[in-house]
Amino acid sequence: MRRILPHPLMSLAIFVMWLLLNQSVSPAALTFAAVLALGGGWMMTTLEQTGPRIRRPWTIIKLAGIIFIDIVHSNIAVAKIILRPSSRRGAPGFMAVPLDIRNPYGLATLAIVITSTPGTIWTNFSYSSGMLLIHVLDLQEEQLWIDTIKNRYERRLMEIFE
Amino acid sequence: MIDIDLALKDLPAWAAYLTAAMVFIGALLSLIGAIGLVRLKSFYERVHAPTLGATLGTGFILVASMICFTVLRGRLSVHEILIAVFLTITTPVAMMLLVRAALYRDRVENNREVPGAGKYKKAEAAVRSQAGESETADRT
Amino acid sequence: MRFLPLPPARPLDMPFLVLDWSLFIAQLFLGLAMACAAYRLIFGPRAQDRILGLDTFYVNAMLLLLTYGIRIASATYFEVALIIALLGFVGTAALSKFLMRGEVIE
Repeated sequence: MRRILPHPLMSLAIFVMWLLLNQSVSPAALTFAAVLALGGGWMMTTLEQTGPRIRRPWTIIKLAGIIFIDIVHSNIAVAKIILRPSSRRGAPGFMAVPLDIRNPYGLATLAIVITSTPGTIWTNFSYSSGMLLIHVLDLQEEQLWIDTIKNRYERRLMEIFE
Repeated sequence: MIDIDLALKDLPAWAAYLTAAMVFIGALLSLIGAIGLVRLKSFYERVHAPTLGATLGTGFILVASMICFTVLRGRLSVHEILIAVFLTITTPVAMMLLVRAALYRDRVENNREVPGAGKYKKAEAAVRSQAGESETADRT
Repeated sequence: MRFLPLPPARPLDMPFLVLDWSLFIAQLFLGLAMACAAYRLIFGPRAQDRILGLDTFYVNAMLLLLTYGIRIASATYFEVALIIALLGFVGTAALSKFLMRGEVIE
């Protein structure tokens, strides 16, 4: 199984992507999608990257729900700040967050989550000190942001990836 | 896959109202984000504004398109998911690259508003690595 | 394929009128958003502001094309939007890289 499908998730993603691009599930489209999926998986092995090991599908669904709710909330918050600048209580600024997660896939996911939530942007992460630098649009209390990132996202990502 | 015989007026009432509302909200969010791009004062504040259009704004319009075409064609039409997936992955990466480049430029020019010039004591450790460790940091 | 917006077939078809007006207003909003992005692209005090403006500009152009595709009930514009989304990212990434190091290809 590992020999035929070295990167099952990658192959699945290519398969689904091809069917969506063609907007059909005809035998021809299915065959070509399968060929592309197998070829894509083999090409990934030449890069000698170890794929992510993902566990706990229930946690993934829960995390996705949490992220969606947070994105909706911060969309409203940022829209308020833009339309009524006087409603902002804090000031924009950089802050440091100490992280425990070291898995590269977990860090990449965390980076995408933090950046795609309006109001926070991932800036820089240092492997040696484990410090993450983010920029926050409405910075009131640093501890609040540290708790949010660590308890809501990082803990669940560590469960999934490590 | 070109459908010639589709017409928007064949859409049933519920789908028409739903599509109308979602397109309107999505466009409004994108506009607010773009207004923020003009109104906010510094570059690091402005970076946050377009995220509005790139997340929920795009999401609403894509879901509206999905509903509209699924109902019009009478079969599942969800290829808009592709744009959503690509945009969710690429926009944050582009923004991160841009902010890192801006931070690098500001630090080279000794701008006092960014970490590395003494104002942010705790953030120093995270910044100091940028010069020396950029190879490892680039991978994330 | 139609290039002009559809004229309302039955003038008092309420749902269609609402949808048509809503799509028109959405197009107006997205056009205004593109104008805001263009302002940053042209007058942005520094190079990073201009790149940010360009990024917003292409995302809003993509949304405008999607809205137009819904308005004339044609899925052809989906592919155009997909290509804009992908190429826009490459452009922003390359320009940011250029700001950082002064060269695109290292």
